[in-house]
Order: sequence, then structure tokens, then C-alpha cells
Amino acid sequence: MENATSSEAVHEGLSHAPVRVVSARIKLRARLHNLLQRRELLRNLVVSDIRIKYKGSALGLLWSMLAPAFTLGIYYLVFSVFLKNGYPNYVIFLFSGLIVWNLFQNAVNSATGVIVDRAGLVKKVSFPREILPLASVGSAVIYFLIQLGVLALFLVIFGHAPNWTMLAILPITFATLYLFASAVAIVMSAITVYLRDMKHLMEVLLQLWFWMSPVVYSYSNSLAPQIHRHGLTLLYFSNPMTLLVLTFQRAFYVQTDVHSLLAGHALLHMLPKWSATSFLYLNLGMFAIMCAVFLISLVIFGRLEGNFESEL
Amino acid sequence: MTTVVDVANVSKDFKIHYERHQSLKERLLHPKTGSTEDFSALKDISFEVEEGETVGILGHNGSGKSTLLKCICGVLQPTSGEIRLRGSLAALLELGAGFQLELSGRDNVYIYGAMLGFTRKRIDQIFEDIVDFSEIQHFIDTPVKFYSSGMYVRLAFAVAVNVNPDILVVDEVLAVGDERFQAKCIDRIRNFQEEGRAILLVTHSADQVRSLASRAIVLESGLMIANGTVSDSLRIFREHLLGDTPSNEVNDHSAEVHIDSVTTPSGSFDVHSGASMHFDVHVTSATAYSGNFVMEIFTRAGVLVSRSDAQGAPINLRPGVNTIGVDLPNIPLLDGVFDINVGVVDPRGSNVKAWGEKVATMQVTYGGREGGLVELDASIRQV
Repeated sequence: MENATSSEAVHEGLSHAPVRVVSARIKLRARLHNLLQRRELLRNLVVSDIRIKYKGSALGLLWSMLAPAFTLGIYYLVFSVFLKNGYPNYVIFLFSGLIVWNLFQNAVNSATGVIVDRAGLVKKVSFPREILPLASVGSAVIYFLIQLGVLALFLVIFGHAPNWTMLAILPITFATLYLFASAVAIVMSAITVYLRDMKHLMEVLLQLWFWMSPVVYSYSNSLAPQIHRHGLTLLYFSNPMTLLVLTFQRAFYVQTDVHSLLAGHALLHMLPKWSATSFLYLNLGMFAIMCAVFLISLVIFGRLEGNFESEL
Repeated sequence: MTTVVDVANVSKDFKIHYERHQSLKERLLHPKTGSTEDFSALKDISFEVEEGETVGILGHNGSGKSTLLKCICGVLQPTSGEIRLRGSLAALLELGAGFQLELSGRDNVYIYGAMLGFTRKRIDQIFEDIVDFSEIQHFIDTPVKFYSSGMYVRLAFAVAVNVNPDILVVDEVLAVGDERFQAKCIDRIRNFQEEGRAILLVTHSADQVRSLASRAIVLESGLMIANGTVSDSLRIFREHLLGDTPSNEVNDHSAEVHIDSVTTPSGSFDVHSGASMHFDVHVTSATAYSGNFVMEIFTRAGVLVSRSDAQGAPINLRPGVNTIGVDLPNIPLLDGVFDINVGVVDPRGSNVKAWGEKVATMQVTYGGREGGLVELDASIRQV
């Protein structure tokens, strides 16, 4: 849209203006190009999304911190106080995994119905439709960043130092998380147009998915020995959230072995003892896979969007 | 001249659902049923629009004109064929479709601008123009849910025209706002034309096409049945307007009634202002037909000067060639060239049997001192 920035010179340059093609199939490269060109719209949608969400509420954006803080409090109370899991610094452990999960859940939950909800827009205004689910992911990223700030505050308050080497890996982990959440969001938003049940089904699936990821419990302590014995380790790690959560936990919770708070002070094996290099390679591998998954999600979306008009 | 819109062999099929199965249970229970039927909304449409052209798209309800526009704007993807666009495009399909009710007019201007593909910087530059044009200065920071429908539409129109797109696509939206705002919109569209931008205009209104468009396309049940000068296309559109059977092939000579020619006794259509004029319209009819006769006079700019009919007295056509005489006893027109349309319509005036678009051109010469369109014989004095 550069040619539109100088209104007077619009016509002289028109013969050189890029040609846009509307046809039955938009090639993947063109799709990515369109998305990149409409960053401005994405930004606008994210901002308006957040503003509308908290419009008229007295606490506003504070809610995006209060809601997860409440969840955090409940889990802490249940698992640390009532069930006495004995994990030291359990809040840090829980929170470092929970922010990862929250990003994914917020993104997928709000993206699932987004195209159906904004049918009026989809049927009347031309823009790459993937922007709608991506804007849902964008809002989730904003909340994630706010919660990350709160986590940093917690680290300072509890005097808990993060692992600086692992911290350097986190940008890759975050990018992987973003791509994965976007891919699921894009595909789900399109499927929901055809199957309205998806919105409800997804809420149930996300619950299951949450407990299949090592957020509340420690993977190494509670699960690793058993699933290893049954040869299920690979299956467990086929859930991309597992590696992403573990990487965040390793960066912020740091300790792999801790002494239980309970009587006897037994040694708890909290996190895998992989080196930072191993984490780097695993994350890079996952990043590569998610790049492919993201592209595939765009292709699937492209196949499904052709009939949006007659289904909405 | 650059081609800015190139529509090549575009077809669009829709699936019509008789029973919709949108829940998982229904899909599982009725995997095959959910009867659908393919409906072809556009059939192999091809045309081009050059820079600086204004093309009118005419058609009845359901003829596919809105589908065509949606394809051009990229809201719909054609089933086959492709559309190539050069330059930026702003579409007014439904004014204010992208508005977020909870947000203020100001926020919506930026969001709508971004939807149309323009940057924040660009909108900053033209924000004042948009507000001025929409005339809602006092309410720009009010959430749009409190706007009246007129304000809503004015704001949307203001954004779309002020971003100065290379291609403007307008779908029946010129009927918005009060008369003054409409005049302002038409004025802005004329500005666009002078700046050499391309405009695609969908409308039912033949008058609007005549006054704005340089070329017109007529769609009929998904087929393009005309693509040519405004007068040619309007003739075909008129012939199909509320026509007997929509699927009828366009063929002047197979029609029951046909306008053959218009002649004057002197053979010339040159006339002095204030003089009288007589002309004969020769009409061939296959059968006896009783109906009304209509005559229209237009300026070259497409302004309707006069529309008159046989004043309730039916025209009784006999099989064969008929002559209908038209008398203009005192032509009050000033200097200029005027086009004459004539037609035979049914007694109620809803069914056009035959139409002759621009069948004659009248040249009026005037020696007096008045300017404009008609002579009023005004006398001006001090009392």
C-alpha cells in the first residue's frame, strides 16, 4: 500500500503498481505476503479487541492479571497447602508454566468462534481472514507479556534468580509457542464456521490438554518414571506444550533437584536435567516443526475459506 | 492508459443448503443428506476497466452484480477465473460494516482505514478531511453505538472517499444521507473522475449511470449481456427491465414491438429555441398492442430535461409498421445538444415493450441572452 501514501503522485505510478490477483486459490507465498502487508490492521484489531474487552470495567487491564492470579492462588492452595506436594517455591514453578498455558488457551479459546462472531465483517469487507484469529492470538500475547511482568516481580519478591543461559533460549521458545497457538487458532476458527460445536468441544479438549501438560505437577517427579516404564515418553512429548512449559520452568524455576518441604526433606527431582544446549536443540527442532505446522494451517484455512460466505 | 481491473472468465457457484447441518450431531447423523444444490451466480464474466473510467454495473435484483463486486473487492473468491487489480482499492459494499459499536468514531476511522489497507500515518494526514466531510465533529469521540444511522453511514463514506483509492467500488450506497449529503457524495465522485481514478458503480438507477458512468455493463442471471457505451447498455437494460421472460435472448427483431427509426419532415433535428418541432416515431409490432408511449430528453451530461408520455391515452399499435407523431409546440431549451429516448410501455408503465435509447439527437440554437438549460423569458426591473 506504499503507493497510497503520496496521494498526489498516485496516478503517475499506477502502471508500476503491484498487481493483486483474486482467484479461487491464493498461493501460500501470496498469503504470507498479504499477512505481512496488513500488520497495521492486525495491530489495530488487537488494540480494539483489548479496549472493547475491558471497556466500562473499573479495573480494566488489571483483570488480565487478577484472573490468572486467582487461578494461581487456587492451585497453590489445593496442591501445596491441602494436598501437600511439598514443592518449594511452588508459586514460581506453577506460574512459569501457567503463563505459557494461558497464552495458548486464551488464544485458542477466543479464536475458535472469531470468524462466526464477526460474520458481518467477513461478508462485507475484504482483508485476509487469517487476521481475525491472529488478532485473538495477538491479544493473548499482550496478556502473556503482562503476566510475564508479574512473574518477574515475583522473582524479585521471592529473591529467586532465573537461569540466565536458559533465559537466552526463551525467545525461540516464545516464537515456537506463538506459531503453535496461531496454527491451532487459525484452523479452529475456520472449522467452527462449518461445525458450530467446535466452540464447546474445544473448551472440553483444552481442559484435558491442560492436565496432559506438566503445568501443575512436576513432569520429572510425578510422571517421568511411570510413562518411561510404559514407553509413553515420546507420546507425552508429542504434545508440543510439554517442551515449551518445561523450558519456561527450567528458565524461571531453575532447580532440577530440590528438598521437599515435608518432614523427611526427601529429594525431589523436579525438572529434566538436560543441559542448556540440549534445551536449545530441542527448542530449535520444535521451532522448525511449528514453522511447518503454521504454513500447513494457512493452507488448510485457504481450503476452507472459499465457502465461508455460504456458511455464515 | 493502464488496466486497473481485469476480470478474466470469472464464475462463482454457491451451494444452496436446504437443510443445514451445522452441529456435530447432525453432521454425524446425516453424513450424506443435508441436500445442497449448486447455484451459479456468475457465469464466465470477462471485462476490463481502464484508469480513469467510470463503469456502471446494471442488473436486476439477483442478477449477480453484488456477487461480482464482492469478487472484485476480494470478499468472495471466484470459483474459477481470476481478477487482477492494480493500485489501491476502497469498497463501499455496506457502509460501516467494519465498525466496532463500542469504540468511538475516531477509533473506528483508524480501524476502518486499516481494513481498507491504509497505514496509521496516512489516516493521520487525512483525519481532519474525514471529519469535515462527515460533518460529525462534535461526536467524533462518542462511541458509534450512539450515532444515528445517518451519522454512521456518513462517517464510513467519508473514510472510504478520503483515503483516495485508485479504484473506488460503490454498491448502491449513494442513496444515503439527506439530499445535501448525497450531492456532496456525487460531487466527490466527480472529483475522483477528474483525477483519473477508476470507479465501479453498481446501481438500479439508470439516471445515475447516465450521469456518472462512461461505460456500462449489464448482468442478467449471472451472464454479462451488455458491455459497451452507456446508451447501448441502457437500451439492453431497459429491454430486459421487468421483461416478459428473463431468459429471453437479447434480440431486437424477435421482440414483439420494435422502435425502427425517428424522422422529422424536414429530415433535420436542428431547431431554434422557442420554435416548434414535430417528429415521427416508426414502430413495428408483430401483434396488435395497446400501451403507453414514453419520450425522454437528456442533456449530453446525462441530466433528464423532461419525461413525458401519451397522457393516459393508449397507443393502439396494429400489426406491421405504425407511426406515432410527437409534437413539441414550443421548445424552451437553450443552446445545446439533446438526446431523445423513446419507448413503448404497457398501460401501467411497469413493463417496457420496446425502447430506443438515443434514437435522435436534437441540436438547439438560441440567440437570446439567457444562460443555462431553459428559457424562462425572465424580465428583470427595479420596482
